[in-house]
Amino acid sequence: MTGSTTSTLEVSVWRGGEDGRYETYTVPARDNQTILDVVTYIQRHVDPTLSYRFACRVGMCGSCAMTVNGKPRWTCRSHARVVAEDGKLEIAPLRNFKVIKDLAVDMEAFFEKWRRAEGSFRGTTDRHEEFAVVAPNSKERKQVDAGIECIGCGVCYAACDIAAWNKDYLGPAALNRAWTLMNDERDNKNKTRLAAVSGDAGCHACHSHQSCVEQCPKFINPTASIAGLKRAAAAAALKGEL
Amino acid sequence: MSARSETLLWLAQRITAAILAIAVIVHIATIVMAMDGGLSAREIISRVQGNVAWLIFYLIFVIAVAVHAPIGLRTVMREVTSLSLPIINTVVIFVSLFLCVAGSRAIFGLYGIAG
Repeated sequence: MTGSTTSTLEVSVWRGGEDGRYETYTVPARDNQTILDVVTYIQRHVDPTLSYRFACRVGMCGSCAMTVNGKPRWTCRSHARVVAEDGKLEIAPLRNFKVIKDLAVDMEAFFEKWRRAEGSFRGTTDRHEEFAVVAPNSKERKQVDAGIECIGCGVCYAACDIAAWNKDYLGPAALNRAWTLMNDERDNKNKTRLAAVSGDAGCHACHSHQSCVEQCPKFINPTASIAGLKRAAAAAALKGEL
Repeated sequence: MSARSETLLWLAQRITAAILAIAVIVHIATIVMAMDGGLSAREIISRVQGNVAWLIFYLIFVIAVAVHAPIGLRTVMREVTSLSLPIINTVVIFVSLFLCVAGSRAIFGLYGIAG
C-alpha cells in the first residue's frame, strides 16, 4: 500500500450512541496516513455528521483515542498502513466509556476517578518560599519520571478488563497519577491518597494483566505504579497509618 | 470494608502465597520421591505417623490454604457474582473453616493412626 494513492481502505465506523451500528466507508489510502486522517477524510468528504474528538494531532493532548481493529489507540499517531488488516479498518469509540455519539465518548467519569484517587497536588509551601530542590537521581524522582508523561488519553482505561467488570475501579491512569504524587516530596496529601486508592475500587483490584502497559502510547507502566501503591498501602497498614 | 482491612487481606494473601510456593514444592517433591519404587498406604503412614515435623509442616500448609484460598475466592465472587459483600464474606469464612477442619482432620488422622 505504501506509495500508492489509487488503492483504498474499507473503513467500518461506529455510528450512533450505545445502541449504534457500524457503517462502512471507502477512503483513499495515502502514504503516512494516520487513523485520525482517515476519520477526518470521512467527515470532510463523505458524511459531515460524523462526530469525533481531536485537538493537537501530534500526540500531546490525549483527546483522539479510539478503538481501532479491536485495540485502543491514539489515532493521531497510529498509521493506517500499520494497523489495517487486508486494507480494512474497524473504528469504534473507546471501550469502558459512555458513548456520546459516533466516536466521541464521555470522559467525565474517567477524570472524576482521578479526583477520587486524590490525583491533585497539594503543596506544603507558598510562593514566598524558595523553590523545592528535588534531586534528579533520587529514587522518588525516578518513580515520578516513569509515570509523569501520561496525557490522559484513556487508552489504558479502555484496555483494562477490571475497569470493564468493576464500574467503581479507579483505573490505571488515575492510580498511575496517584503514584506519581505519592513520590512527589513537595506533596503532603499521601495519607488521604493512600486511603483513597486502597481496596476493591483501588489498587488492590488490579490483577496485573498489564493490558494497560501493552497499549499505553507513552510507554508508561501503570501496572508498576499500581504495584508501588500496593506496597505503600501494605507498609502503611502494618504501621497503623492506613 | 475499610481500606486498612482490604489491604491487610491482600497482604495476608501474598504472605500465604509465599508460604505455599515453598510448601507445595516440598509436598510435590516428597510425592515424587515417595512414588519411586511404588506407593502404598503403609509407606505413607510409616512416613507421617507420629512424625512431629510433618505434622507441623502440614498444619502450616493447611492454615496457609485456609487463609489464601478464601481471600481469592472472595475476589472472584465480587467480580463475577452480584452477591452483596456481607454474603460473600460469610460464604468465604465458612469455606475457610471447612478447609481448616477438613485439613486438620486429615493431618491428625494420619499422625495418630495406628500402624
